[in-house]
Amino acid sequence: MKGRPELYTSYAQDTAFLNTRPKRTWTGALLVVALLMPFAVTDDLLMLLATGFVAAIGAIGLNIVTGYAGQVSLGHAFFLAIGAYTGAALSGDPDGRVLGFGVTSLPVWLLASGLVAGLAGLIVAPLAVRLRGLYLAIVTLGLVFLGEHIFREWTSLTGGPGVGRPAAVPELFGVRLDRASALFTGPQQLYLLMFVLLVIFAVLARNLVRSRIGRAFAAVRDRDLAAAVIGVDLARYKALAFAVSSFYAGVAGSLLFVVNGFFDPGSFGLLLSVQYIAMVLIGGAGTISGAIMGALFITLLPRITRELPTVLPFISADATGAVTVFQVEAVLYGLLIVVFLIVEPRGLFGIWVRVRNYWRTWPFSY
Amino acid sequence: MTEFLQSLIRGLGSGSIYALLALGFVIIYKSTRVISFAQPAFMLAGAVLVSYLAAEVGFFVAVPVAAVLIAVLALGVERTVLRPMIGKPVFVVAIITIGVDVVVRVVTNAFIGLDVRQVGDPWGLSTVVLLGVEVQQRYLVMFGTTVAVVAVLFSFFRFSRVGLAMRAVAYDQEVALAQGISVGSVFALSWAIAGGLAALAGVFVATGAGVDQQLWVIALKALPAIILGGLDSLGGAVVGGLAVGVVESLVGTYQGDVAPWLGPNFALVAPYVLMLVVLLVRPYGLFGSKEVERL
Repeated sequence: MKGRPELYTSYAQDTAFLNTRPKRTWTGALLVVALLMPFAVTDDLLMLLATGFVAAIGAIGLNIVTGYAGQVSLGHAFFLAIGAYTGAALSGDPDGRVLGFGVTSLPVWLLASGLVAGLAGLIVAPLAVRLRGLYLAIVTLGLVFLGEHIFREWTSLTGGPGVGRPAAVPELFGVRLDRASALFTGPQQLYLLMFVLLVIFAVLARNLVRSRIGRAFAAVRDRDLAAAVIGVDLARYKALAFAVSSFYAGVAGSLLFVVNGFFDPGSFGLLLSVQYIAMVLIGGAGTISGAIMGALFITLLPRITRELPTVLPFISADATGAVTVFQVEAVLYGLLIVVFLIVEPRGLFGIWVRVRNYWRTWPFSY
Repeated sequence: MTEFLQSLIRGLGSGSIYALLALGFVIIYKSTRVISFAQPAFMLAGAVLVSYLAAEVGFFVAVPVAAVLIAVLALGVERTVLRPMIGKPVFVVAIITIGVDVVVRVVTNAFIGLDVRQVGDPWGLSTVVLLGVEVQQRYLVMFGTTVAVVAVLFSFFRFSRVGLAMRAVAYDQEVALAQGISVGSVFALSWAIAGGLAALAGVFVATGAGVDQQLWVIALKALPAIILGGLDSLGGAVVGGLAVGVVESLVGTYQGDVAPWLGPNFALVAPYVLMLVVLLVRPYGLFGSKEVERL
């Protein structure tokens, strides 16, 4: 249909990957900007963005189980931890202080972390099939506490609390990506790596949720009994949602500390789970782009609050003053979640939709 | 045997803390169908308030005053933050209570500082010999007070008009509204009761140990308790709370000898294991009512 880009004549057209022309142009533009970023931005900001991209992979995973399939999981930190330790152990130094197998090839340990975490998700899934709503939320919360305990005690794997262990080694085709090469600095390479991985996993997720499986997830979310009546196998799809979500969490977990290079078992507490929930909710539940926006927003938030003392002199930059940056940050998390849920339940994605709709009919918008 | 009894009483003492917190969770859940994750913050705030008040007016005056003040605070939170959210999905409201929790806790932490604050309780760590077993007084006080509070609370729900109204709202909000019950004030009242209970629990946690910034973590143990007992059962909350306390204490006493491979701090996560096991057998907890599903 030439000249009428928004007239769909087939279902396939309507559910196409990028179904409108603005989506295609804007996605392309964003890709170009993101790829040019390493040459325009300082290295420390690149590292932050790289962490944000990894967080986005994890947030997409949580969004699949919570946003699309409607199964509230507070246990995301547990699956992130499994991924992180699988990746770190596989690629770790075999002669080191902690467990390591010396398989440094990135695709190998990346997939392995995802698969191990996915398997863990599959083991947990029977609980999700039996439980609903808040019962499920609290049980998954229990997983986080159990995981924290296991990783605290299993010192030969994790190095123990306060000590930690080196993160996975990002080596692709024999090249260490975290070290500077002839063309790029280490952060630039990591940024590009994480960006490429994010694009891959975002496309995969988008394709999953617009398929038959994604429609089944949505049916389970909206009313699981009704979904069962129209022939959706609840046990199967809930298990699938958990497995896919945990796979994403495992992948994200194994990459999460690559940028920093070091992590300890204290990193995988309740706070991490809440952060991911915040990413999904602030970004917009049930959208892939929302999850990415939310993850970048939450990752960049500490950076923004660190700048506050220069603007508001009564906030002190270290931990000594009456109102410190760290307190402001913690309060800001809570307030942001509350404000977003009350004012814009669809999150950043919802704001974007409103902006888009305003300009679409401009100057005749109302 | 002495070791067992001591461990049991210790468990019942800390279990009564969990029971008080769990009661707050369940009361809020029954009336509003929402789990309030703000309970830890109210607990912390209650303990901190007592630590300030006790120096001025004495411990026994400070505790009820603090409980009432925290109840008013909880009521205010419900009125301002939660009331506009009525009708929103329960999960959204639950997340909002996490937000409230973080805000209240950070503000409270500013009043704690880096040191441990004492609540000025008369018991401390002193012990008493009961039937030949040496037990700490504070555990007996906790258990005794909790039994009394539970008795008062249950008779309030059973015999008073307001209690009847609350039960009616828990049963069916629309029908209760049609009978002339102000559902809104029942919501507010249930938050207030839960806040008061949390404050009392906070004081108990702080007796003998003091108040520090990590105190709130204890409140999370009430979560396995409510799931264990069933989200909508008051009796289940008490039983679940006591069970969690006793299991935690017994595991802490014996696991080092029986199963050392589980790690030294396994007692802290034992309640969650108990919860998982019970849920696999009974998905709605021990006393929870099964959800009726309609299309």
